[in-house]
Amino acid sequence: MDKVKVIEIKQSVFSANDKQADALRAELKEKGIFLLNLMSSPGSGKTTTLTKTIEALKDEFKIGVMEADIDSDVDAKRIALTGAKAIQLHTGGMCHLDAGMTRQGLEGLDTSDVELAILENVGNLVCPAEFDTGATKNAMILSVPEGEDKPLKYPLMFSICDVVLINKIDVMPYFDFDLEQCKKNIRMRNPRAEIIPICAKTGEGIEQWAAWLRTQVKAARGEA
Amino acid sequence: MHELGIVFSIIDTIEDIAKEQNLSEVSSVTLQVGEVSTVIPRYLEDCWKWAVKKTEIMKECKLIHEPIEAITFCEDCEKTYRTVDFGKTCPHCGSENTYLVVGNEVQIKEIEAL
Repeated sequence: MDKVKVIEIKQSVFSANDKQADALRAELKEKGIFLLNLMSSPGSGKTTTLTKTIEALKDEFKIGVMEADIDSDVDAKRIALTGAKAIQLHTGGMCHLDAGMTRQGLEGLDTSDVELAILENVGNLVCPAEFDTGATKNAMILSVPEGEDKPLKYPLMFSICDVVLINKIDVMPYFDFDLEQCKKNIRMRNPRAEIIPICAKTGEGIEQWAAWLRTQVKAARGEA
Repeated sequence: MHELGIVFSIIDTIEDIAKEQNLSEVSSVTLQVGEVSTVIPRYLEDCWKWAVKKTEIMKECKLIHEPIEAITFCEDCEKTYRTVDFGKTCPHCGSENTYLVVGNEVQIKEIEAL
C-alpha cells in the first residue's frame, strides 16, 4: 500500500490562469496587437459604445471584435454592420472569459490582419474582474442608471481597470446622478484609472475615448 | 457561475502538479479562502463534487476549507482593523486612505496524494 503524503502547494487558484494570461499578453505585444478587455453590467451600452468607437477608428486601424455572451449572436451581428470583423463567443453558462478562452477566441477571429482587438466580456461586474484575460488593457463602462455607488459595491472591478467610461450622461438629470461623487468613488478604489464621461447615443465624449485608444494602439505597434 | 471557473482552475493546477510529481491519486485539497475573496464556499463545494467526477485522479478528492480573516491597514493612523466590519473606512481615524493586507486570496495550501 502506498503511503499518502501531504504536499505543500501555497499557490493561488488563479495562478494557472494568470500564467496563461501573461503568456498571451507577451505574444500579443510581440505581434504588435493591442487587445482591450471591455467589461460592464448587462445593459450599460457596451455594444453601442463599441459601434461608435469602431466608427471613430476604423479608417486608422484594422479592428476585430470578440463578443462574449452566454448565448445568442445579436451582438456580433450588430458589430458586423459597422464593417469590423466580429465573432461571437459562447461561454456555455460561464459568467466570464479566462485567458484560455480568450486565446481560442483570438484564433477564431484570426488576428493576422488585426491591429486593435476588442473583447466584449460577459456583462457582469464580479467574475470578469477575477480572471485575467491576457488583454493589454482593461476598460469598463458604468452607465448613469446604475448609480454612482457601484465603485463602492464592486471594488475589485474598478480597481483593475485602466479606464472607466461613464456612459449615458445625457440622462443624468433624470437619475439624480452625481458625476463628481461618482469620480470620487472610482478614484477611491483606483487612483490611476482614467475616467471619461461619454454618451454613446449622441457621440459626446467618444472623441476623447477614441484618442485614449489611439495612443494605446500606436504604443502597442511601437509608434510614438 | 464564478465558482465553477475557480473549481476548473484548481483542478487544472492539481493535475499539472500530479503529472510533475507522478501522483496516482489526490485524496484531498486544502483551500484557504479569504473572507472578502467573493468566493462562496457552499457553491464551491457543489461545483467541486460535480467536477471531480470528470477527472481521472481526483474522483474521490475532498475539498477542505480554511477561512482567512480579512484585515485592512490604514496609512494615516497606521492601525489595522477587520475589513468585514468596517470596509474601506478606518474605524480608528475615519480615513479612506486604507488598503487590504490580507483576505482576498483563494489559495491552494496543500494536497494529500498517493
